[in-house]
Amino acid sequence: MESIFSPQQIVNGLQLGAIYALIALGYTMVYGIVRLINFAHGDFFMVGAYAAFGSFFMFNVFLPRGNGLAFIVLILAMAAGGAIAVLTDHFAYKPLRYKPKLSSLVTAIGVSMLLEYAFSAIPMIGPSPRGFPEILPKKMYHFGSAEVSNYVIVDLAVAAVLMIGLTFLIQRTSLGKAMRAVSQDKDAARLMGINVDRIISLTFLIGGAFAGAAGLLAGLTYPRIQPYMGILPGLKAFIAAVLGGIGSIPGAVLGAFIMGIAETCATAYNSLLGEGIAFVILIVVLLLRPSGIFGEKTADKI
Amino acid sequence: MSALLSVQNMSHYFGGLKAVSEFSFDVPEGVIYGLIGPNGSGKTTCFNLITGIYTPTQGKILFKGEEIQGNKPFRIVHKGIARTFQNLRIFNNLSVIDNIRVARHFTTRSGVFSTLLRLPSFKQEEEKVREEAMNLIQLMNLHSRATEMAKNLPYGELRRLEIARALATKPKLILLDEPAAGMNPKETEDLMRLIQRVRDEFKVTIFLIEHHMKFVTGICEKVKVIDFGTTIAEGRPEDVVKDPKVLEAYLGRKAVVC
Amino acid sequence: MDKLKSLKLLMAGLIFYLIVQILSAVGVLNGYFMVIINRSLVFVILAVSLNLINGVTGQFSLGHMGFAAVGAYASGSITTLIFKLSPHHPQDAVVFLIAIIVGGFFAALAGFLIGFPSLRLKGDYLAIVTLGFGEIIRTILNNIPAVGGPRGLLGIPKFSNFTVIFLFTLGTIILIRNLVQSSIGRTMISIRENELASELVGVDTTKYKVLGFVVGAFFAGIGGGLLAHLLQIAHPTQYGFYASALILIMVYVGGIGSLTGSIVAAFSLTFLTEGLRVGIDWLRDTVGIPIGTEWTMVIYAVLLILIMLYKTEGLMGMRESSILVIKEKQG
Repeated sequence: MESIFSPQQIVNGLQLGAIYALIALGYTMVYGIVRLINFAHGDFFMVGAYAAFGSFFMFNVFLPRGNGLAFIVLILAMAAGGAIAVLTDHFAYKPLRYKPKLSSLVTAIGVSMLLEYAFSAIPMIGPSPRGFPEILPKKMYHFGSAEVSNYVIVDLAVAAVLMIGLTFLIQRTSLGKAMRAVSQDKDAARLMGINVDRIISLTFLIGGAFAGAAGLLAGLTYPRIQPYMGILPGLKAFIAAVLGGIGSIPGAVLGAFIMGIAETCATAYNSLLGEGIAFVILIVVLLLRPSGIFGEKTADKI
Repeated sequence: MSALLSVQNMSHYFGGLKAVSEFSFDVPEGVIYGLIGPNGSGKTTCFNLITGIYTPTQGKILFKGEEIQGNKPFRIVHKGIARTFQNLRIFNNLSVIDNIRVARHFTTRSGVFSTLLRLPSFKQEEEKVREEAMNLIQLMNLHSRATEMAKNLPYGELRRLEIARALATKPKLILLDEPAAGMNPKETEDLMRLIQRVRDEFKVTIFLIEHHMKFVTGICEKVKVIDFGTTIAEGRPEDVVKDPKVLEAYLGRKAVVC
Repeated sequence: MDKLKSLKLLMAGLIFYLIVQILSAVGVLNGYFMVIINRSLVFVILAVSLNLINGVTGQFSLGHMGFAAVGAYASGSITTLIFKLSPHHPQDAVVFLIAIIVGGFFAALAGFLIGFPSLRLKGDYLAIVTLGFGEIIRTILNNIPAVGGPRGLLGIPKFSNFTVIFLFTLGTIILIRNLVQSSIGRTMISIRENELASELVGVDTTKYKVLGFVVGAFFAGIGGGLLAHLLQIAHPTQYGFYASALILIMVYVGGIGSLTGSIVAAFSLTFLTEGLRVGIDWLRDTVGIPIGTEWTMVIYAVLLILIMLYKTEGLMGMRESSILVIKEKQG
């Protein structure tokens, strides 16, 4: 029993939390701007993982394994995640922007199914799982009783750099100011001369790129990828975003780390509980504080 | 004359914003009572508080002598308060008669099983509800539209439908939220007559919000003028319109705007 | 006259039943087609009951197959157990009937337990919560050795046949139609149309949302029970998210709020699935193009997206075939 909250579990939890955080940010940003639960977001993560997989083998022909190659793979995974997100928004969500919200949600479910089954159906990709290559040579370090691989450090570092970059973008640049304005009031933002559609595309681009990066990190850490790999992490990252207060960026990050640690610790106790803990958290949050940790209560105009 | 509705010292805050401040007033039974104030003065909030959409931060709301604040909206309807909305809230994809029948539903007794099996008791009750709804439709002069989808009705008829739907709950008190909004003078005239007729035929008390001064002075027997959440005048309409505070705060500003 | 009109649906059902039986007797419909027809009928039950939740009441459940799973496992466990104890029970039919209904009640109970806390939430949140609950039900079934765990519940007696499934389907359609076209049904629709206004004409909206959910779950449980006794197995993977999504597609293709649409869509899509499967097998085995059955779901996903983008109201909109409409007195 002593192993449930052991340093090892905490390390594993932080690592998982970093991956959830990158996915959760996309959910929360998109929700903040278009009030849509982007059901296909978990699949952008899957697309990123496959893009990383493919680009590794493509570039490994010219480049040896190492930091340089890993960086190229990261950029391409992010590009793929961002691209698929922008395309999805353009073709599937944008035409429904001013229709009832449930229409977009159903469409999002359709996009999610399309990506998963198309990836399964294309013979080069699916449907069977593939082992993910060791893009970086794996090293192990010992800190007391905990074993820490360099992958833990890579996961946390990539997540940290991207999150700091995002914070800078949102807080310090005019683009970030425009994003905040659109999330507050689209019509007012439009009247102020902001190109709302471009800001929405940008939000999808960033969210998708972050999910793509998470796809690479997940492939590296849990070295097996398959077309349905995005469903559960997507759902759990969404729950993390709800826990933190959907629409809130620090909330998504905090929620994701709580979720990661809760899940690894629960799994150490009992695997069934590990599978279900995310939903238990969701239900508790929705019953006790639906607005989440950092969320604001919004009053409907009557 | 005892008050049917008595609001005592009611305040409501949204976050730090004070929307309604220490409101007190009595609506006597059987009158047409008007609450006047410019936009943003807390009129609709006041209705939302009375109908239970919000719970007042402080104060009491008494209906027939019973405290009702904190009750869920549907329970307040069951006690006898019905309302209409400033921006119509019609069930668009239900027919006119069905819009009204929904409002009769809470008085019915048939359970799920008798409904699923269409037992005789269920059919009898459905027939009764249908007849009552048809009577209201006749009274509101909507009988040619009974089976029409509500979304196909013109604006003026939708206003009448909403009043009919409120009446279907058999209320003692009806709150009308800017009933004349968006109406031309002729329609407004007809509406005034309709409201008086409703009061007389259904023996209900009417409490309405308007910023249309002529409308209010035309039909209300008692009015209250508010601004920024506080009362500035109260009494018979012909007296209130002469009140210098009202002239300055409300009519004055309105006149400038017009 | 009034009596005659209410018999229209029964007559239509009887005609359908006789045609299928005759075609089957003369050999036009072989066993293979009968399986597809049986499956279509089960999907009619599932789609119509989901339509009660998503279409009529305007809520959003993504875990409908979770309720079907409860019905399948509950009824399957009962019949399997009794079958094991006495293989040639003289009252097989009675046991089966009771087991299916009990399965429905278990599913309804699950619907209540899930609906009560989560129906306070609005549309998109509700979707995620019901999806989560569906997954929890599946995970739990996966982990109970008594019902076979990941192997599934095996050896369920084959009690479902065309006649039984047909009767349950017709019954489901009639009962749900009776509910929708009643005072309770109009109340549910009013919640979909404008929840606040509904509350303010005296409707206890939570109660009717939960009621829609519970009744929908009950019939999903019936459908699941029939399916388990048709396929003779209940397996956790049959009841996952994508199975729920398939039912959802039927409801949206048919038209949200239209029972007629759900019935038509359940039939057409079940036949389409089978047609696509045959086509894909042919392409793979005869023509030699290496493609898998995943393409069926790719096509469905595209179909769903196109419907949402270009024909949001589905095939039927909110209209009903006159066969399904209960006539009322005018004036």
